[in-house]
Amino acid sequence: MGDMPSIQPVGDTGVRIHFGDQIDPEIHKQIQSYCNALQARNLRGVIEWVPSYTAVTIYYHPYQIDYQSLIRELAKMKKNIQSLSEREVRKVVIPVVYGGEYGPDLVDVAEHNGLTPAEVIEIHSSASYLVYMMGFVPGFPYLGGMSESIATPRLEQPRATIPVGSVGIAGGQTGVYPLETPGGWRLIGRTPLRLYDPHRERPMLLMVGDQITFEPVSMKEYSEREADELKIHKKREQSNELSD
Amino acid sequence: MRRYLHVEKGGLLTTIQDQGRFGYQQFGMVVAGAMDAFSHQVANCLVGNSRREATLEITMMGPVLRFGEDIWIALTGADLSPQVAGKAIPMWKSYLVKAGESLSFGKIRDGVRSYLAVAGGFAVEPVMGSRSTYLKAGIGGWKGRALEKGDKLPVGLPSTTECHSRWLAPDQRPHYPKPISLRVVLGPQASSFTEKALHTFLSSSYEITPRSDRMGYRLQGSPLHHRETADILSDATAPGSIQVPADGQPIILMADRQTTGGYGKIATVISTDLPLLAQAAPGQQVTFQSIEVEEAHRLVIEQEHLLRRLEVAGR
Repeated sequence: MGDMPSIQPVGDTGVRIHFGDQIDPEIHKQIQSYCNALQARNLRGVIEWVPSYTAVTIYYHPYQIDYQSLIRELAKMKKNIQSLSEREVRKVVIPVVYGGEYGPDLVDVAEHNGLTPAEVIEIHSSASYLVYMMGFVPGFPYLGGMSESIATPRLEQPRATIPVGSVGIAGGQTGVYPLETPGGWRLIGRTPLRLYDPHRERPMLLMVGDQITFEPVSMKEYSEREADELKIHKKREQSNELSD
Repeated sequence: MRRYLHVEKGGLLTTIQDQGRFGYQQFGMVVAGAMDAFSHQVANCLVGNSRREATLEITMMGPVLRFGEDIWIALTGADLSPQVAGKAIPMWKSYLVKAGESLSFGKIRDGVRSYLAVAGGFAVEPVMGSRSTYLKAGIGGWKGRALEKGDKLPVGLPSTTECHSRWLAPDQRPHYPKPISLRVVLGPQASSFTEKALHTFLSSSYEITPRSDRMGYRLQGSPLHHRETADILSDATAPGSIQVPADGQPIILMADRQTTGGYGKIATVISTDLPLLAQAAPGQQVTFQSIEVEEAHRLVIEQEHLLRRLEVAGR
């Protein structure tokens, strides 16, 4: 949609600011800077915002801010965006046990692409991925940067449940499941890290703009990390109960 | 001293809700909260609570709740024939339930979602800043789920001990008309629909299907065709977003909506009309009327003035 206007109402409590028409790291940078500016500007009446591949949608309370002033401020911020300094890119390493029980589709992904499982692991874990947006379920990252050489279509019959932490491939995309949900992604491994834990001080592990790499680990390392994660979770749960 | 409501029957779908879980949408966290935000806020005001307190959202078939202590309550929204100790009690009006008495419900008279506020609010631990139950992720409210027999809901300390004769004047109470006419602001992807689709959308009537819940209302009627494709790059949604998949049948996103979605949105229902939709049941007809965003804002401000007056009067 090349004719998408740059600022548009989304009902009476949202405004959408359009930045481009495709998935592109440059457009992402502008969106990132714009979100940083929103954070710094702290406009009265603005409740929160959601960045996506091509836009930022801002949610506001119409009682607290007049629509015309809001639009004026948002447009001004868009104009001045270049002068803003970028947030330092946060790098997150996600340990993954590839294949076996935790990655039941690794062999299929390899066969589909005429590779060995070891080559798939090598390709998947040597790239760096960008979190363009989050959504679908709490804490789910939409990642860009996967090599086309391991792209594999979704399963024809989705699984009824996919375990938390599963790392999968769907078409040209890769992702990690924060919650147990049904899904048709090809599962190639699993991470012990919890991407989402509502009782943690920071419930979501990742945020938009993060740079991610996957690191192959052994079952032993996986179990150790999982035990650590569980300890943190248990502690939080206990302190929540005590404060009740 | 803790005060409790004892759940003797859970009802069809009874959940604790407040105004929603804000601040985490950019991480994909669903907002949840009361489907009918207006009734929810009025109920709180009538018992002297802040509008931010949680209420019980009661869906069609109500629970049976036994009161451990004397507690002021107010019921708003759908009229599900509420009774205390076997006697009918009024809607949109404060009422003192005595220790040992039970609140129960009967026939559905009007609307589908009733809101029960208790003076002092429900004293459950907020999760990510909100007491709203989000059923799919099993968080918030009472153990992240709908109420069941045997639950014991803690009630907070009230700000006032006396709530005599607080009510919303009958001319200020919403009506739940059939069919229901919803005002919308067109867009953000209205231009990806054909001219004919836009005309059809604003001139024909759609039926609410049984596949409607807290996440979204699925409608059925004349299909709305896209110029090229129904799919867009995944983008943010809003409460009231009307998304249209390839089959051309609109889906109106409600309180438990996903924060992002991949279907084009023809329009968005205005925030003051969403409570009316939340009170509509499957089988009802819906029509749409397009208005400008500034007009929608005048309606929000008018409603906010009413709620502020009620809140101040109640405290």
